[in-house]
Amino acid sequence: MYSLNAYRGMQFYGVLLLLPAAILLITFAYLPTANTLINSLYIPSFRGEPRTFVGLENYQDLLSDTTFWQVARNNFLYALGTIPTSIALALGMALLVNARLPGRGMVRMAYFTPTILPMIAAANIWMFFYAPQIGLFNKLLSIVGISGINWLGDPNVALSSVIVMSVWKEAGFFMIFYLAALQSMAPELKEAADLEGTSRWSFFWRVTFPLLMPTTLFVLINALINAVRVVDHLFILTKGGPNNATNLLLYYVYENAFSFFDRTYAATITVVILLVLALVATLKFTVLDRRTHYQ
Amino acid sequence: MIQLDHVSKSWGSTTAVDRISFAIDPGQFVILLGPSGCGKSTTLRMIAGLEQASQGRIHIQQRDVTNLPPGDRGLSMVFQSYALFPHLSVADNIVFGLRSRKVPKAQQRKHLERVAELVDLTAYLNRKPAQLSGGQRQRVALARAIISEHPICLMDEPLSNLDARLRGEMRREIKALQTRLDMTVVYVTHDQVEAMSMGDRVILMENGRIVQDGTPEQLYRYPTSTFAASFIGSPAMNLLALEDGEHGATVQGEPSIAVAPRAAVGGHLGIRPEDVSLHAPSASGILATVIDSEYLGADTIGRFRVGDQTVRIRLAGQHPLPVGQLFRLSWPAKAAHVFGQDGLRRDDIHPLPFSAVSDRLNGNGDTTPMPSERITLDSPAS
Repeated sequence: MYSLNAYRGMQFYGVLLLLPAAILLITFAYLPTANTLINSLYIPSFRGEPRTFVGLENYQDLLSDTTFWQVARNNFLYALGTIPTSIALALGMALLVNARLPGRGMVRMAYFTPTILPMIAAANIWMFFYAPQIGLFNKLLSIVGISGINWLGDPNVALSSVIVMSVWKEAGFFMIFYLAALQSMAPELKEAADLEGTSRWSFFWRVTFPLLMPTTLFVLINALINAVRVVDHLFILTKGGPNNATNLLLYYVYENAFSFFDRTYAATITVVILLVLALVATLKFTVLDRRTHYQ
Repeated sequence: MIQLDHVSKSWGSTTAVDRISFAIDPGQFVILLGPSGCGKSTTLRMIAGLEQASQGRIHIQQRDVTNLPPGDRGLSMVFQSYALFPHLSVADNIVFGLRSRKVPKAQQRKHLERVAELVDLTAYLNRKPAQLSGGQRQRVALARAIISEHPICLMDEPLSNLDARLRGEMRREIKALQTRLDMTVVYVTHDQVEAMSMGDRVILMENGRIVQDGTPEQLYRYPTSTFAASFIGSPAMNLLALEDGEHGATVQGEPSIAVAPRAAVGGHLGIRPEDVSLHAPSASGILATVIDSEYLGADTIGRFRVGDQTVRIRLAGQHPLPVGQLFRLSWPAKAAHVFGQDGLRRDDIHPLPFSAVSDRLNGNGDTTPMPSERITLDSPAS
């Protein structure tokens, strides 16, 4: 009897300990998700009438929405442009500042600075770089006699310009993870390889890179999430334009919800984004994790 | 085979290795022995090329390798941490160097089979290092070192991460492997048991300098300094401070018996624990009081107070040594070593004999449960 009570008591304590995290998760993650899912099955109310249930009609609309497909394609290109570049750059910078190098503390700080800046501030700086007449890039180009490009106004260039800025912003952040991983690698491994006359290149591909795989995976997932989640710079740089050339999924959600006041359509797009991200996460945990060596 | 010529290593104002020179012959098993921080590992790393010598020249097989990268020196190395690649299987770890040197696949496999058998790892080739025990990891590191067939193998405290029993086993295995493959081994350790049991030659270092260089027997029988005397042997040699007495130098705080000529005053008298014999208090000899004792199975180590010095004695078998009990000690004069005030050996001063064997007590009515002959350890074979 006593031991049963004690067991109950322990369970009660356990529940109490879980409660703060559970409340936060439920209020800010699970409930909104469920709410979004339900919302996506309705069309919004007009003039005080109750909202109408339409089933999957919103999803059908989505499939025939050319803007949605353009935005999805933009986001795909954006992810393709930012993720591999920023990861490769981060790894390169980490390898560089991990080596013995005069003033490497300064270099590390310089690489990390963009991460500290708020996205909005960074976008404002790049606004100045990209400005068609007075912008830094066009000024520099005019010195060598090349007429400038409208970096953010030309639909063919605008998305690339946004990608470049995102890479600049993210690479320093990812570098920190690589640097930490590199510094936790035993120096004897390099020495053992040196004794066998292993070249630097071969050591990198046969030892360093495989041992950094867990970090690469972590960074990859973060980069992917950021490619979908961070759209702050669009508000400053392009507002999704010109002609939706730089519009990304989350920004499109925002436009639908708060510019066109079609909340339920926005909810529909959100559900699709969630599904895609869930699929990617599953892929990561099943396929990639199994092939990665964790210490 | 390996030759060091006034090699130094310093970082800023600290000197880790100070102008050391030695030459190693092919097939020798050489131990670099010393306490931590004495420069033995730095010396090894300079031979390997992992550390650049600040001064001096290093030759390997008549070739000046002082400025060559590690990979061009034709040697292999076993690290204290084993330095195994955690993401690679045992087989891939072992052939890592062969792949670096682009040895054909078929040949790699042949070498691997042979070496894996040599170190008894054939059943584990597909495992990752994390799935192996400490001893097995050690074997992988060894296999990686010997598969390259370099004539020289450097070992940096390779056994210090193993438990005591395994260490004894691996000592024998490494020694057997070295003999069988006729390798030249330079082996760094701070463990004098490893040095004594494995080395053909022991180079004892202190503060970046070589203190003594000789066979294990030479180091044991003929230590050239108090440092060498105190480092070799378990327990180490007793070093008794000498002061001026009536008839010569006496053990500090014990003025009745002169143990060495007056010239030895201020220095130390060294006696191995197994060279001291124990007698009943009524016999002649130096008076000693039991401080404590340790029973080790095959023998007992007793600690005694003599004057204000401590003497350790190794007695075969088990002996009751009640704390505070009085005994008398003696040792053959030729078993004692005299060290001068500077800590160096003084062969010009001969210890004085002071106690005859006939004085030994034979348990004639003495109240102490004092065995007689049994307690005297076999005197040294010499």
